[in-house]
Order: sequence, then structure tokens, then C-alpha cells
Amino acid sequence: MEMTNRKERNALVISIQGRMDAVTAPDFEKEVDRLLEKGETRFVVDLGGLDYISSAGLRSILSLAKKLKSNSGTLHLAALQAVVKEVFDISGFSSIIPIFDSVESACPDA
Amino acid sequence: MSHIRRPARLESLAPLMDFVEQCAQEHGFEGRRMNEIQLAAEEALVNIFNHAYPPEQIGDVHIHCSGGRDGSLLVEFRDTGVPFDFEDLKDPDLDASISGRKIGGLGVFLIKKMVDDLSYRRDGDENVLTFILHPSHSSVNR
Repeated sequence: MEMTNRKERNALVISIQGRMDAVTAPDFEKEVDRLLEKGETRFVVDLGGLDYISSAGLRSILSLAKKLKSNSGTLHLAALQAVVKEVFDISGFSSIIPIFDSVESACPDA
Repeated sequence: MSHIRRPARLESLAPLMDFVEQCAQEHGFEGRRMNEIQLAAEEALVNIFNHAYPPEQIGDVHIHCSGGRDGSLLVEFRDTGVPFDFEDLKDPDLDASISGRKIGGLGVFLIKKMVDDLSYRRDGDENVLTFILHPSHSSVNR
């Protein structure tokens, strides 16, 4: 799994490529902890390049959502592939974490 | 029928998942259904890695994979760890908010949603978890 990040408008956009499973999810957690420590609070996770997610990945994303909620930050998810959206829908995550079709629509306005 | 045996730890996940993928491919599974099979397999395996054996005494996990009736796929996970009853586990609270939602509980729930038939039995000193997966997407439980 590869991750890149950039600033876009007022958000920190993290783009994920590959698979988020029990092996790679901890890498995502380390990376977001690093960014949280730098003071980032508005996260957009671009999942356009993610073609697989398991409960380990969902847990990492929920963990980020909880951390951001406790410091009044925001988490938006963008560009989920159909197979990944299915897992979010089935597990009920689609109704608690905002999901957008594109990174652009996911980025909060000022 | 083909099978694979590896130590029940996270380092084994990749070869075990490759095995399941290859077996599923050989039986004509692909696309979204293939993704669902892989997800169910990972959840079963990670549960075994985390719960079957004590940390100082990791045993093996054994997967058997074969074609069943009507083009279905039969995947059997075996381990010699502690007895494990799937039926006891409660589903996660799907309606909980971010604060209320617990971190755990998802793995078994996802398995139940992805496979058409799930059964657990104890066979001597082994846990045996069996998946039956039909090829057609419309038969996935929702």
C-alpha cells in the first residue's frame, strides 16, 4: 500500500494506492498519527486507488475518525471504488463518515 | 482438492491469501465476488492468528479449498487452537455514531455477509470453519 499527501484548499489530502488489510492498516495508522502530531485536523482520504479493504482497514479509519472528533477536526472520504463502498455500506460506516465522489467535492471550503 | 499449511501469524497472511485467490480463480470466481471471498478469508485468518493460540506457542492454520456442487467454492480453515464458537459473537452496532462505535466486532460480521453458508465444528482437537461460496452475486446475504 502506498500513501502520498498534499494540501488542497484547507484540507490535508491523503491518497492511498493498493490494499488496506491487516498487514498494511498499521502503516496507515502510523502515517495519520504523524500528520495529527503535526497539527493537521482536516483530513480528506482519497480512496480512488484503493481496491480492497478489510475490517483492519475500517478499524484504522474509525480510529482516525474518533481522534478527529475529539479535537474538533473533520474526516471526509473520497472516490471509493464499488467493492470498497460495499464494505463501508455493509458495516454501517457510510452513515457515520461523510463519503464524496471526488476529492474536490470532499475538500471543505474555507 | 488443494491445501496449504502455515504458522498462524500475520506474516503468513500473504501466502494464505494468494492460495485462496488462486483456488477461487481456478473455480471461475472473479471481480466483486473474488473481492468478497478474499475479505471473508482474511477475516477468518486474522481471527485465528489473534485468538487460536497463546503467543508463546503459535500453531498452524490449514486451509483446504475445493469445488462444491453447482459451481460453488468450499473453503475449510482448520487449526488446533482453543475451541471457538462463532455463534456466541454479537454483531456490531451498525447504528452507533462515531463515538459509540466500538473498534472491534467487525470481522465475523463481514464473513457472515460475504459467504453463503458458514459452519463451525470441532473435529477432535481441531477447529474447523467452513465457507460455502456461490458464484452468483445475488446470493450474498445483505
